[in-house]
Amino acid sequence: MKRSTLILGLTALVALLFLGSLMAGKAWVPPSAWFTADPRWWIVAELRLPRAILGLGVGAALGLTGAVLQGFLRNPLADPSVVGVSSCAALGAVGAIVLLSASTPLIIFGSAMLAAAGGMALLAGLAWRSRSAVAFILAGTVLASLAGALTAFVISIAPNPYATAEIIDWIMGSLTDRSFSEVQFAMPFIAMGCVALLFTGRALDALTLGEDAARSLGIRLRRTQMLIVVGAGLAVGASVAVTGVVGFVGLIVPHLLRPLTGARPSALLLPSALGGAALVLAADSLVRLGPGATEIRLGVAMALIGTPFFFALLLRMRRSAWI
Amino acid sequence: MDLTVTGLSVRLGKRAVLHDISATLRPGRVTAILGANGSGKTTLVRALAGLAPGEVRLGSARVDTLDPRERARTIGYLPQDGAVHWDVTVESLVELGRMPHRAPFAGLSAEDHIAISHALAATDTEELAGRLVAELSGGERARVLLARVLAGRPAWLLADEPLASLDPAHQLGLLDRLRALAGEGMGVVIVLHDLIQAARAADDVLLLREGRVVAFAPVAEALSPDNLRAAFGVEVMQVRDEAGRILPVPIGTNR
Repeated sequence: MKRSTLILGLTALVALLFLGSLMAGKAWVPPSAWFTADPRWWIVAELRLPRAILGLGVGAALGLTGAVLQGFLRNPLADPSVVGVSSCAALGAVGAIVLLSASTPLIIFGSAMLAAAGGMALLAGLAWRSRSAVAFILAGTVLASLAGALTAFVISIAPNPYATAEIIDWIMGSLTDRSFSEVQFAMPFIAMGCVALLFTGRALDALTLGEDAARSLGIRLRRTQMLIVVGAGLAVGASVAVTGVVGFVGLIVPHLLRPLTGARPSALLLPSALGGAALVLAADSLVRLGPGATEIRLGVAMALIGTPFFFALLLRMRRSAWI
Repeated sequence: MDLTVTGLSVRLGKRAVLHDISATLRPGRVTAILGANGSGKTTLVRALAGLAPGEVRLGSARVDTLDPRERARTIGYLPQDGAVHWDVTVESLVELGRMPHRAPFAGLSAEDHIAISHALAATDTEELAGRLVAELSGGERARVLLARVLAGRPAWLLADEPLASLDPAHQLGLLDRLRALAGEGMGVVIVLHDLIQAARAADDVLLLREGRVVAFAPVAEALSPDNLRAAFGVEVMQVRDEAGRILPVPIGTNR
């Protein structure tokens, strides 16, 4: 498929899902009720619009980061969790809830972003001496394990069951009840992170030939690594800071789109951002339509979709000459 | 411009891989680097390409401190491993060779298309352009990888064992092509294992043993029985080919 056709198609899909996300929910709000005195318009303007904007931004950040990391690590199983940024942001948010008794979005967001930035600085330090993707992935794994252990520790010292419940609710990942405050906090960081990541395409293409060949083509691998650390830190850190942990988007989306774009890593970046946005918008709309008063958490829904996909991927890779 | 190595010593971890290597490689000539396994051939080629630190100069500029894109436009490097991590098309792969000449986010220019076509023609891979790399045989893949480097039209071509996995016809064809490129002024440095191919194709030979230079001289002088005994521990019989070149044929070891 022609790349421009694919991008146009995905953009149209994202636009449709965005509009659908404004309409879908326990109360269906058709476009005829928008911009009117209809009380349902308040639901759209105050609740669903920020949610849809965040769904678009978070999905784009996760899809793009997944495509970049798969290209950089030359590993189709890589996703944003491998660099540890999600775990660090989660640690920051959990720490704010438990240690600072924080309940305001700004404090939780700020704490998650600080932890994500700290984690990325540590990752940059650990991986700096080496240009190797192996050092990068090992450093990310160490960071994710450390942040995961500290998060478990912080949960274990939670002062009361309400705090524990709040943490678990937050960790499961959700766009429920997000407001324009969260949009204002997160979207600038997500946008800056995505721009940084889009500048890695050339290096990712060269890395198809391995690290030595990429360097011989004029690629500065350390600069690429830093762009990825900063870009993933900003985009994924801000995403996790407002939604909690939403997994599998960064893994699934590049795989779904690779057959359409071809395997060249740079060709996959923009489509993955659009595909990620489409997937999260679609999943977030669907979780609202389930029966009962409560919603399935977005993170849980993505895991339910993602796990079978992951197994199917593993089975396919076992038959592939590329692994 | 000459590619000059002066007192180059390289350590990988605690192991000294190259010791005090000095040589001046000249453009317009084919220089073969030969040596036993583990003698430091790949490390030397990496240093020549600016990928390992060391005193290597292109003209008067140190290669490892050149602007990476400028270095990439001048020195084309074909690694030994031949890695291709994603199943891209041959055309996409060869396009990568033009990367140092293209601005970020820029498409292919007319000059890029011409260079890619010439590289495909030079390596006899034109008919493979639309195929996926995973569908290629080992020999086809090796030729496509060389085409990637040639597409960059570098002044220097550094190829680490480019003949591995090629059948004899393609080996000879490739060596002829490399000689033709040298004839057009390109500096060609190739790591080889085959003494006879080196004798047929090279102008100069740099012979290594355990990271030290045994000989760096015109081919006939460098591939003398004494030097080959010192470098490889093999006895050779010298025969002349139809062009009058002396070919060293290994006939036994003295290890």
